[in-house]
Amino acid sequence: MDRDPTFIDRAVKRGTLGEAAAERMRAEIGDHRPHCLTPPMPAADRRPRPPADLYSPGDLQVLQAMSAGALPPAACLQSLDELLERDRRREQDGFPRKIRVGRLVKPGRRGKQKVVVVPTTVEEKLIHDTLQRPDEEGPGGGGAGPGEEGEVVGEAPVRPDQEGGGAGPGQGQDAAHEVESNAYDLGRILTEKFQLPNLKEKGKKRSLTQYTYELTDRHRGFGQFLDKKATLRKIVESNIHLGRLPDPANIDPSGFLIAPADRVYRILSREKDYESQAVVFFLRDYSGSMTGRPTELVVTQHVLIYSWLLFQYERQVETRFILHDTEAREVQDFYTYYNTRVAGGTQVASAFRLVNEIVAAENLAADYNIYVFHGTDGDDWDTEGAEALPAIDTMLGYASRVGITIVEHGGETGGTTVERYLTASGLLKRRSDLLRLDVMPQEADEPRLIEGIRRLISGRLDPQPAAAAAGA
Amino acid sequence: MELIDQHTKRIMEGCKVRARDAGLRFGDETLEYIVTNRDLLELSPKVMIPTLYDYWVHDVEVLREKGKYELYPANPYETVINTRPAISFYNDNNPDWLNVMIFYHVLAHIDFFQNNLYYRHTWDYDFAGQALSDKRAIAKLRSEKGRWVDYIIEFARAIDNLVGYHETLARYHRPAPSRRDRRIDYYFDHFLQDLRNVSTTEYLKEIERFNQSRREHGAGGEDAFFLAVEKKYPEFPALYRRHCDHPPAGRQDLMEYLCAHSSVLKREEHHWMQEVVQIVRQTALFFQPQIRTKIMNEGWASYWHETLFLQDERIRGHEIDFARVNAGVTALPRIGINPYALGMRLFYAIEEGADRGRLDFDYQRLTDARQREDYDRATARGRRHIFQVRANHCDFTFINTFLDQDFVNRHRLFVAGRRLNSQKMVWEFYVKSRRLADYRQMILDSLYHPPHITVGPETAPDKDLFLIHHFEGKPLVAEYIPAVLLGMEYLWGHAVHLDTSEPIFVAEAAAQTSRESPAPSGITWRRVRYTMKARRLSKSNL
Repeated sequence: MDRDPTFIDRAVKRGTLGEAAAERMRAEIGDHRPHCLTPPMPAADRRPRPPADLYSPGDLQVLQAMSAGALPPAACLQSLDELLERDRRREQDGFPRKIRVGRLVKPGRRGKQKVVVVPTTVEEKLIHDTLQRPDEEGPGGGGAGPGEEGEVVGEAPVRPDQEGGGAGPGQGQDAAHEVESNAYDLGRILTEKFQLPNLKEKGKKRSLTQYTYELTDRHRGFGQFLDKKATLRKIVESNIHLGRLPDPANIDPSGFLIAPADRVYRILSREKDYESQAVVFFLRDYSGSMTGRPTELVVTQHVLIYSWLLFQYERQVETRFILHDTEAREVQDFYTYYNTRVAGGTQVASAFRLVNEIVAAENLAADYNIYVFHGTDGDDWDTEGAEALPAIDTMLGYASRVGITIVEHGGETGGTTVERYLTASGLLKRRSDLLRLDVMPQEADEPRLIEGIRRLISGRLDPQPAAAAAGA
Repeated sequence: MELIDQHTKRIMEGCKVRARDAGLRFGDETLEYIVTNRDLLELSPKVMIPTLYDYWVHDVEVLREKGKYELYPANPYETVINTRPAISFYNDNNPDWLNVMIFYHVLAHIDFFQNNLYYRHTWDYDFAGQALSDKRAIAKLRSEKGRWVDYIIEFARAIDNLVGYHETLARYHRPAPSRRDRRIDYYFDHFLQDLRNVSTTEYLKEIERFNQSRREHGAGGEDAFFLAVEKKYPEFPALYRRHCDHPPAGRQDLMEYLCAHSSVLKREEHHWMQEVVQIVRQTALFFQPQIRTKIMNEGWASYWHETLFLQDERIRGHEIDFARVNAGVTALPRIGINPYALGMRLFYAIEEGADRGRLDFDYQRLTDARQREDYDRATARGRRHIFQVRANHCDFTFINTFLDQDFVNRHRLFVAGRRLNSQKMVWEFYVKSRRLADYRQMILDSLYHPPHITVGPETAPDKDLFLIHHFEGKPLVAEYIPAVLLGMEYLWGHAVHLDTSEPIFVAEAAAQTSRESPAPSGITWRRVRYTMKARRLSKSNL
C-alpha cells in the first residue's frame, strides 16, 4: 500500500511524530524489499579458524585436537532443577538472580520445533572494557606474510544477525555449546512464573489441566478404601434377597451371609477436568524499521510465550501467527513467523483488523478464550491511531488479554507513536484488566523480556516496578 | 582417567633423558593420564586441576564473550599442569611419534614452570594436594553452612583477579636485611616522614646532624645521635619497639585487606568466611603466572619439541607426519597472533643473536646496515642465553626487550586493521603497519592486564570502604560493577565506594570538561564514584 508521503510531514508539524521516527517512516516508504524467509543457517561451520588472539589456543586443542565438545543433555538436565532452585533462593536471600536461560528456540517446520535450553551465567569481576565501537574500523590483531601497507589481505563476513534480517537471536551458530532439549524444559522454567489471565469457562471441549487422581469412584470387590456404609447397605440388600432377614424389626447380623462382591470400595480413579480452551494470536510487525534488535527482542519474547504455552497447556492451546507491515497476513507455522524478513511500511491497525476478521469468521469468541500478543517498535503510519484504536476496542470486546510489546529505538524521548496514541486514548487505564502495554529499551536482555511477559499477562496491574525497570 | 601404559611411559622416560641432556631441568617424577572427552567435560571448568573445589558455576555454561581472558586467566585446555609431580593429559589414540612430540612439549613446559621466576611462589608446594585439602575444607563448610559458602566463594571470586600477584612474588625476591642498625631506617624512613611529617629542610638537617655525630664520635656516633633524639622525642623508643614487634605487613591486596580489617570477616562466627576467601585467593594466585608467560611458555615448549624431536632417533620415518602437525602448531597465521609461532621464533632469534654476539653493545651501536648484517662474533653463547631468558622474563619484558625491527621484517609481520566493507557486508582485514613500534604496541595491548585497584586512604575499619581504580586509559566493564560491589559490601559490612573513570563520547562531551588527557580521539574521561549501600547502587560524578 503506497501512501502520500506528506502525511509524515503533517504529523511532524502537529508534533505527534518525532523526527527520528519520521525518518524511519520515510525510509519505509521507499522500502520495496520482499518479505522472504531468511535462509536456514548452514550447519555448524567446522573449518578450523586461525587463532584470533593470544590466549585462546591451548595445548590440548592445538597439539591433540581435543576439546570438551557439547555437554550430553542428561548431564545438564540433572542439575537444571537444582540450579533454578538455587536461583530462587538467591532472591530470597536478597541477591539478584544469576542464572539466565540462553539460546532458546530452533524453529523447524511442521511441529519440529526444538527448544534449546542452556542455563548460562556470568561471573562478574572488575575488568577492563574495550573502547571500540562495534560498527567502526577497529584493530584486527596481528598478521604475517606479504602485502603492502594498506593492502587488503583477507575478509570475514559480518555476522548475519547484525545485518538485521528476521533471523532470531543466536540460533544454530555454535552448536558445540548447546544442549538439545525440548520445549518441556523451557516451559518448566517459565511455568512457575506465568498463568494465562482471565481464563473463562468457554466451550469445554478440551481439557486444559492435567489429569487428577481422586478416590471418588466406587468399586465392588476391591479398591483402596473400604466404604463401610455402602458395604453394609449392600450386605443387607443381598440378605433380603436371600431371605435371611425375615423380621426387619429384629435384625440379627450374626446370621448374615457376606458375598465378596458386597464389599464396596473407594478406588483411585483418573479424573479429567474439562476446562476452558484458548487461542493465542501472535502478531509481529515486520516492517522495515524493525531491523535488528527490535525484531530480535519481539521474536525472542514470543518464543518464550510460545514455549511456555506448549508446556503449560500441553499443546492444547491453539496458536495463530500474523505478520504485518502495511497489510497483515496469517502464516501457518511458528517457523515462518519467526524467520520472515523485515521490509516495508507500518500499519498496526491492519493486524488487529485481521484478528477481528478471523475471530468473527470462525466464531472463535464463543468457544475460546482469546489472547493477543503484539510486538512492534512503536512506529505507525497511522500516527493518531485513528484506525488502530477502533480495532483494538473491538478486540477488547472478546479478548481475555491483549498484550502489546514496544521495543523503543534508542535515543528517543516522548514515547513512540503507538505508545502515545494508546495512552491518549485512555484505554490502558480503562481496560487495564484486558489491555497491557510493555515498553522496553532496545538493550533489554532476557530477564527483562521475562519481566515483560509477566507484565503482559499478570492478573492484576502492578504499579510498574521501578526496580525491575532499572534492573533490566 | 587412567595412567598411560608401560610402553608409553617408557617412551616418556626416554624423552626425559634426552631433554636433560639438552639442558632442561625438571623434577624426576611426572604423571601422565589418558583423558576422554567425558573427562574433559569435568576437567575444563576446573582448569584441568582434577582436585579443584566444587562450585556451582562450574556446572553452568559460562558466558565469556566479554573480556574472556580478563575474567578467566587460566586456559581450560592446558595439557600439563604445574603440580608436583607435574600432571599431563593425553588422548588415548595418539600414535607413538605424536606422543614423543607432545612429551617434549610437555617437558619443556615443566622445565619452564620449575625454573621461571614468575612461578616462584608455586615451587614450594604441590598445588594438586593443596587444592584437594581446600576442596575438602569447602565441602565440609558447605555441609555446615549450606549455600552461604557458595555466596562467599562467589563474592571472593569477584575480586580474585585483583590478587597481589607481583606483591607475592616480591616477598620472595627481597634482598636480605642489612646488618645496619634498623633504628636508623625507622627513624629516617618512617618516624620523620610518616609520623612527624617534617619538612625537607628539617629532614636534611637531621641527616646532617647524624653525619656530624658520626664524624665526632666515630663508632659510638649513632648512640650519641639517638640520645639526642630521645631527648627531643621522648616517645621515640616506645614507637620503635612497637614497630619492631609489629612490622608493617607490606602492601596488601584487596582480599588480604578484607580478611585483616573487615568487620564481618573478623567476627568470631565468621572465621570460616576468611578461610573461604583465603582458599579463593591462593587458587587465584596459583593461576596468575600462566597467563603472563603465555608467549614465552608456548614458544619455549615449541622450540624444544621441534629441536628435540628432530634429534630423536626413535621416531625416524615420521618426519613428514611431524612436519604436518608441527606446521599446524607453529605456523604464523595470515591474520591473528599465534603465541606458539611468535614465541618460538623469538627464542630462535635470541639464540641466533646471542650466538653472533648481537646482544652486545658493540653491535647495538653499529649504524651501517651492511656491517650489521655481517656482524658475527661466533660466541656460541646462544643456548646458554635462552636458558637465562626463560628463567628471568615474562611476556611483557620478553616482547619489550627482544622484539626488534629485524625480527618483524624477517617474518614479514604486520599489524592488521579491520574495516567494514558495506557493499559486500564483510570485514576487510588490511595491512595497517609494519613498523616495530606499532607491532610491539599491538602485542603489548593484547597482553593480560587486570585493572589496578587499591584501597583508598579514607577507608577506616567499621566505616565505609573506598576503592580506587587507578586509571590506565581503559574503563571498567560497567555492567559488572554492581554485582562486584554487592559482594564487596557483604564481605566488608559497610557501604563500598569505587572511584573509576568513564568515557564520554565526543557528541555528548561538548558540554563536559575533560579531566584526564590520554584518550582516543573523540573521547574524554570523567571520574565517577559508584556507591553500594544497603544493596543499592548509586553513581555520582567526582
